[in-house]
Amino acid sequence: MTVTAPAATDVRLKRLETIWKESPGVLGWLTTVDHKRIGILYFFTSLFFFGAGGVEALLIRTQLIGPNQSTLDPATFNEMMSTHGTTMIFFFVVPMSLGAFGNYLIPLMIGARDMAFPRLNALSYWIFLCAGTFLYVGVFSGNAPSAGWFDYVPLASKAYSPGPGIDFYALSLLFVGISTTFGAINAIVTIFKLRAPGMSLNRMPLFCFAFLAVSFALIFALPALSTALVLLELERLLGFHFYIPSAGGDPILWQNLFWIFGHPEVYIIILPAFGIATSIIPTFVRRKMVAWPLVALAEILVAFLGFGVWAHHMFAVGLASATTIYFAAASLIIVIPSGIQLFSWITTIVTGTPRFQTPLLWIVGFIVLFILGGLSGVTFAAIPFDQQTTDTYYVVAHFHYVIFGAAVFPLLGGMFYWFPKVTGRMYNEGWGKASFWLTFVGTNITFFPMHILGLDGMPRRDYTYGPEMGWTGLNLIETLGAYLLALGLLSVFVNLAVSLFRGAPAGNDPFGGDTLEWSTTSPPPEYNYAVIPKVSSPYAMWDVEDREEDARNLELGRKTLEQGHETAASTAVDAEWDEILEMPSHSAWPPLVALAMSGVFAMVLLQQWLAAAIFTVVLAVTVAGFHLKEPEEA
Amino acid sequence: MLVVAGIIFFGAVAMLVVGWFRRDRPGLPFLGENETLNTGLVVLFGMAIPIVILVALFIVSDLVLLPETDAPAAGSTTMTVTVIGHQWFWQVRYEGEGAETANEIHIPVRTPINLVVRSADVIHSFWVPELNRKIDMIPGQANNIELYAESAGVFRGQCAEFCGLQHAHMAFRVYAEPAPKFKAWLAGIKRPAVEPTGAEAQQGQRAFMEDGCAACHTIAGTAAEGTLGPNLTHLAGRETLAADTIPNTPGYLLRWIQNPQSVKPGTKMPGLGLGKKKYDAIVAYLTELR
Repeated sequence: MTVTAPAATDVRLKRLETIWKESPGVLGWLTTVDHKRIGILYFFTSLFFFGAGGVEALLIRTQLIGPNQSTLDPATFNEMMSTHGTTMIFFFVVPMSLGAFGNYLIPLMIGARDMAFPRLNALSYWIFLCAGTFLYVGVFSGNAPSAGWFDYVPLASKAYSPGPGIDFYALSLLFVGISTTFGAINAIVTIFKLRAPGMSLNRMPLFCFAFLAVSFALIFALPALSTALVLLELERLLGFHFYIPSAGGDPILWQNLFWIFGHPEVYIIILPAFGIATSIIPTFVRRKMVAWPLVALAEILVAFLGFGVWAHHMFAVGLASATTIYFAAASLIIVIPSGIQLFSWITTIVTGTPRFQTPLLWIVGFIVLFILGGLSGVTFAAIPFDQQTTDTYYVVAHFHYVIFGAAVFPLLGGMFYWFPKVTGRMYNEGWGKASFWLTFVGTNITFFPMHILGLDGMPRRDYTYGPEMGWTGLNLIETLGAYLLALGLLSVFVNLAVSLFRGAPAGNDPFGGDTLEWSTTSPPPEYNYAVIPKVSSPYAMWDVEDREEDARNLELGRKTLEQGHETAASTAVDAEWDEILEMPSHSAWPPLVALAMSGVFAMVLLQQWLAAAIFTVVLAVTVAGFHLKEPEEA
Repeated sequence: MLVVAGIIFFGAVAMLVVGWFRRDRPGLPFLGENETLNTGLVVLFGMAIPIVILVALFIVSDLVLLPETDAPAAGSTTMTVTVIGHQWFWQVRYEGEGAETANEIHIPVRTPINLVVRSADVIHSFWVPELNRKIDMIPGQANNIELYAESAGVFRGQCAEFCGLQHAHMAFRVYAEPAPKFKAWLAGIKRPAVEPTGAEAQQGQRAFMEDGCAACHTIAGTAAEGTLGPNLTHLAGRETLAADTIPNTPGYLLRWIQNPQSVKPGTKMPGLGLGKKKYDAIVAYLTELR
């Protein structure tokens, strides 16, 4: 074997660096199409919304600290409660998992140099930012929605919610839905087409299976929500009648459409967390996942079955018994794929060699909370039990165990796990563990008593309660728990922020990770991999010979694609070399398209139809610009 | 259900605890290497056992117990009560009796009652946890369930579907009474309102009719025929005001009609700014409406 001088390698790296270089400074961030930078933008933006949703949660808990409190008046309480749910689901969990984690990690895990549609990716981000800003313009101008996050009509109809709060809600969700749809399409194409040649589907990390399943679920679920929202706005802004019974409409139509989207959404929220868990566990227990094919199938099955269960949110509506029985049975079936994943994680941990470092702690915490949330979830499939507990604090307890415990804990664990990869520095381990315990204890103190309150009859969304109800003690405990929880979360982010500047250098692979991203530098270069990596198992990083071959290929200049702004495309299933793709470079059009789109939505909200038409023309112009082929660079 | 859930939870946590004690050491001696056995464990705990438990749960709760919460079969009940949800009170009608009241439902014990629920505005949900399931009150739709009290007593109920500003103060009471007592009560509320006797109460009646109250409230036997607010024909016979928000005493009643927005912010009842004397008179009138 001929070994070229290291100088040749350096030249190659230099060339790749030049080809992939983006503009410096703020302009660079505005025009970036690099999936890693977009992931970071997504991270900070959704973190901001996490903070906003968190403040709203603390206000709600403070109002409920004792009976007949007046921290918030009823109107403000309802606004905070509605905005909290809307923010956390649509503007924190989904963009944080798909936008930040998915964007940053999918191309790295599959050995690609970017997402399949880099400009569309940038556009997704800018639309998300604009849609979130749109909602919060409403909140800060005193026009927050106040009909709850599922916004039942006729309460949300013009007659009972005359202000523009509901319009801010409906239009911002339509708006952000565009972003999420683009993101999902991008993820699907990326996962199917840009896997490093050799990474056939059965060699793809489980993380990517989870994100693939979620992206498909989004594409099929979002149209139901968008339909519901468009009908609502036609009714509210233009006087159509879809939901008003006195005009021949049907308020249950909204509930059906909303939950046809809303229940798949639950799995859309939780599947990325499953994916993160299946990334962290093998690394820290130093063994491959038990029952790998079953887990991959289970991830896809959960996303699929999630579409058949929506009416279990509606057991008190007065549906026919036969209908409720079907939906109860379908809901029970989902337990099976969830159980497979759960026991795969547990068996892997027990039979491995676990190192309880911070990321694994969050995952173990997640497993415990997910079991509790899952068990309380099963009880809703017992229809008579559901008909007692629905719309009480028992439900609030359940979905916070599932959404906060089971979806957000892995996100936090993932932040610790990939922090060294993204920043090149280590977080503080002792502090990280302390944050975990604070948050874990805070979570249980906050949400566990809600089960009891719910069984004792406390309805959700009550802005206050009387002292004679006997709910004072548990509510006080919950509120104190919420403060503890907030402290735990704060300590997580202070740790990460300080470590960003003071952390010890991390090196490429501080944990002995199992997937490809650990083979490149921390942080990764703009082109991710100088050599398109060789892959022969789902644990590519543990295939030492493949990694050695990559190093040899770099020296020899094989599979380096250094002639242009390029990445490799492969066939969808078997991942055989297909073609070399020319990737677009930075562009100012995505933020401009998003701005023009904001103009359209704002004018619709204000019912300035002429201005809306003008902005639509501007939007068309920017979309045309977006599609212009960039000038050939010398 | 709780016991089974407890076993599952603590069983799974016990496995994680085993993992903790085995930290930094290679896998369990008899399991670690055998992938077939490990996969078998996943299938056993993740599929086989859940299927048994879930099938049992399904049969017991959704096939055996569910019919108990079904709407009563036609002809199986002898009495129908309609409750109509309003933002934020409950209108109660005894069908075929011509009797109407609000926020307090009297029923005879050990008598199945066909309870029909409707809504006048947004979606509410009728829920007396001790007597039966929740049932949503949906505009344009009538749902019904059976209301049945085994023994006499007062049962608290409340709105369970978020219905706007005062969802938290939309409660009611169900009084289950022995049949004779119930019959006497029903006969009582079927009668029109008594005419006021004292001078102040008569002034109060005039103010009630002329200064705005009558636009929204009905007092049977008088000119007051409003339908936006609760029926007040026998208000003095009720124990609570404003949908079980405050006790029905002259002091609270005065505070309520003088300044409803401070008692129940957002309530549809406006403060009319009538002056203390008129309010006292109206209280005197209303407290006579037995």
